[in-house]
Amino acid sequence: MIVRILGEGQFQVGDEAAAKLTTLDAELDAAVEKQDESAFRAALGAAVNLVRESGTSVPDDTFTTADYILPFSDATVAEVRKLLADGSIPGDSIGLP
Amino acid sequence: MSVMKRVSLIFRAKANKALDRMEDPRETLDYSYQQQVEMLTRVRRGVADVATSRKRVELQMNSLQKEVNRRDGQARDALSKGREDLARAALQNKAGLQGQLNDLQGQYASLQEQEEKLTLASQRLQSKVDAFRTRKETIKATYTAAEAQTRINEAFSGISEEMGDVGLAIQRAEDKTAQMQARAGAIDELLASGALEDHVSGPQDAIQAELDKLGAGNEIESELARMKGELSAGAPLQIESNGNKESSGSEATTKPESAETGQGADRPQAGEGS
Repeated sequence: MIVRILGEGQFQVGDEAAAKLTTLDAELDAAVEKQDESAFRAALGAAVNLVRESGTSVPDDTFTTADYILPFSDATVAEVRKLLADGSIPGDSIGLP
Repeated sequence: MSVMKRVSLIFRAKANKALDRMEDPRETLDYSYQQQVEMLTRVRRGVADVATSRKRVELQMNSLQKEVNRRDGQARDALSKGREDLARAALQNKAGLQGQLNDLQGQYASLQEQEEKLTLASQRLQSKVDAFRTRKETIKATYTAAEAQTRINEAFSGISEEMGDVGLAIQRAEDKTAQMQARAGAIDELLASGALEDHVSGPQDAIQAELDKLGAGNEIESELARMKGELSAGAPLQIESNGNKESSGSEATTKPESAETGQGADRPQAGEGS
């Protein structure tokens, strides 16, 4: 599975790590829902470390999309809520006329 | 739905929206490449902006550190002169400044981290854009428009995700830099006006003035003590210099006369002193 950590690029992770990530993702979701900053930080930190440590960087000449995208490692609940709510990414206009 | 999945879908939706608008896919490769190069310029400018902010914070940290040291020196000075009240005021002042300094140190670390991250993002995008250029030429040379579609979609979606990532990173850095500049501007103004001291904990100049006064007072006291010592040693020639002090006491009543004959030149000074 391909996972991107925002600001850090894409990583290829194995099945075992992917399963752990799914659990952490549920925790992230609950924390964002409850706006629980410390639970969010804990889950995000664990997920980011897992991907960094168990994953391998996807080569630059490989063009692929990630199955999962993790927020910036120092993101806040508010930031993630905003991204999920308005769904806009800077540079939306970039790429095509 | 999960957070990570939802974020990835947002990115994908962005790429798909763009792909849907394509007419001749091969032409869009060039256009996309142009945009990527522009994005590279933007991210490099972002790195430079963050570096500028970081340097500014660094200068402010140095200024604040100097102020902190100065208050520390004042506190010691005051204490050595037995003025605990002044020492306390100076230390309170120092604590306020130290708080500001700690805050700046935190900001500095955060800016440094932003700078490093953005630099890496810029390098990653550069490699990705280089690879895209190669891929684009291969696709244009090798495939017909119809055949090219799949390859282009792949390359485009991949680069689009990277661009979105970098775009978000730049936006974050810009936000942080803007916040920092607003605060840095405020601190610059405070430092320049000297109001920082007043703002933090009362007029520091009052402390310094008091210390200066104390310093002068102490010199007078020690001079006095020296003179008293000389006086009590009883050497006639030294007495006239003590003539200005009433503290000479009872024995002074007889001695000033002999002093007057000895060195009249000292008398006016003595008069001024008392």
